[in-house]
Amino acid sequence: MTAYLIRRSLFAAFVLWGAVTIVFLVLRLVPGDPALLILGSDATPDEIEQLREQMGLNQPLLVQYGIYLADVVRFDFGDSYRYHADAMGLVLDRFPLTLQLAVVAMVIGLVLGIALGVVGALRVNRLADRIVSVFALLAQSMPSFWIGIMFILVFARQLHIFASGGHGGFDRLIMPGVTLALPLIAIQIRLTRSGLLDVVHENYIQTARAKGLPERVVIFLHAIRNAIIPIVTVAGLEFGKLLGGAVIVETVFSWPGVGRLLIDSISARDYNVVQAAILLIAGGFVLINLIVDVLYGYLDPRIRLGR
Amino acid sequence: MDRPMDQVLPGEAVTVMDPAEPAGGEPKQSKTRVKIGRLRIIVSLSVIGLYVLAAIFGPILLKYDAVATDLGSRLKPPGTTLANGQVAVFGTDQVGQDILAQMMQGARVSITVGVATLVLAGLIGVAAGIAAGYFGGWLDMVLMRLADIQLTFPSILLAIFIAAILGPSVVNVVIVLSISNWVTFARVTRSQVLGLKNRDFVDATRTLGARTWHLLTRSILPSMIAPILVVATVELGHVILAEASLSFLGLGTPASTPSWGMTIANGRDYLSNAWWISTIPGIALAALVISFGVLGDALRDRFDPRLRSM
Repeated sequence: MTAYLIRRSLFAAFVLWGAVTIVFLVLRLVPGDPALLILGSDATPDEIEQLREQMGLNQPLLVQYGIYLADVVRFDFGDSYRYHADAMGLVLDRFPLTLQLAVVAMVIGLVLGIALGVVGALRVNRLADRIVSVFALLAQSMPSFWIGIMFILVFARQLHIFASGGHGGFDRLIMPGVTLALPLIAIQIRLTRSGLLDVVHENYIQTARAKGLPERVVIFLHAIRNAIIPIVTVAGLEFGKLLGGAVIVETVFSWPGVGRLLIDSISARDYNVVQAAILLIAGGFVLINLIVDVLYGYLDPRIRLGR
Repeated sequence: MDRPMDQVLPGEAVTVMDPAEPAGGEPKQSKTRVKIGRLRIIVSLSVIGLYVLAAIFGPILLKYDAVATDLGSRLKPPGTTLANGQVAVFGTDQVGQDILAQMMQGARVSITVGVATLVLAGLIGVAAGIAAGYFGGWLDMVLMRLADIQLTFPSILLAIFIAAILGPSVVNVVIVLSISNWVTFARVTRSQVLGLKNRDFVDATRTLGARTWHLLTRSILPSMIAPILVVATVELGHVILAEASLSFLGLGTPASTPSWGMTIANGRDYLSNAWWISTIPGIALAALVISFGVLGDALRDRFDPRLRSM
């Protein structure tokens, strides 16, 4: 298990390094001068030269990369020129709100997804199963930003059940939470349904039934165990996607999390904040992947023993 | 590290067997399944065909001018007859533009971006996949680690980041989405090549003295066109959705080329008095994405059930 842990941690560190490097390269190698990007096209050449000097852009690329890596390790992403405050500090301030949204979406997604998946598996090819499958297809294919707007239209503007945006009490979490959860619900329905159907013909399920166990015990205690591995894996991967998807959902519902900060900073050309936000989300994603890997090795001994 | 990421990728972890397929294979059931499969292909292809026709001929029949304004016919509900005698079937927007005309123009943008992205991402991905799968060694190692890194980065985030740096333009959207989509093609191609390169017919061709280039283009590539097309169909829906999301955030197409995502975003400010601006283009977008999803599923079931997990 230790060797497995070390291997996975090394890989996570490698991926994180990759993400940091990609961000650096994209910022430095795209056509156009970062100083010009920040100052806008109406800046004077003197101003641009001054900022270039200040940002260290006149040094060789490798030196810039070294300085950048050292800054990243110290969590120093510079200041936001808009707020005149530490960029990473600003992002970290908003992070709990994004996390809150993602966790709510995760819970909704897992509970509804697994429940509906079980319904689908128990009623294979019957009406309930068909309805669940169609729902999964819709939940997966509909644009989340549009669903969010439709929720606002129906539940806020017409029925006045929820407020259309902002954060606050639990009721303000429901609409963005469900919107963010929809693709996850779809995936979990498919996984649970097919996972259960894969095992229902296995001998050990037959044995459990033959022992006279009630069907719910057979399903929830015996069958779902083997369906749980893909569920855990995908839930972990999807959590990272939720952090990414939150960017869109936060914009729709004016939810003041990292995503909204990211989009606002992009339109204000506040690239230090953009960098910090991107790397924080990427870091969260990598960390979650690592946790999933560890859990996965724990749940299924075949994996940590290296097949 | 022996193929470390493989265990956690959904593509590999989620081996979905088809539960509806009875183990013994009753002929009656499978016949209806084939029929249903054919029906799914026909229906989804017809819907997609309709969109393509609307994208090609719509803007010719119903002119759309991105900068024109007609304040007299602002925010008119669907079915209103405008001052110039035209009927605004889907209503008008905040500057008096016809929504249907805007949507057909948007269909052009979405489909063009989708197809261009797939061609670019497909070329990069298939080339990388062949190189990695056929030649193996350090090239395989480097390309697949790059793919792993990219897969551990939420693709919408990467797209937002690059789009933010490049700025809004149709070409940039294609570049951004190709960068975030080549990996799927590369992985599918690589696994196909690994399965094919030691098959008898490839060995036979090699024994007859064929060069590598000939082997790749005449023996291996033609054998994997079906799975690549299946992946392309599924991805086309995803790409159109991603383009709409980027445009919704203001990072996709510029204001002069209206796309569905932009029209939907514009309608947000008028939800109380003009619900149709956001609602109708959204339904159109969802219907197209769903059609690609259904078509992709049906093609996969028909041509390559092993790809179920992709």
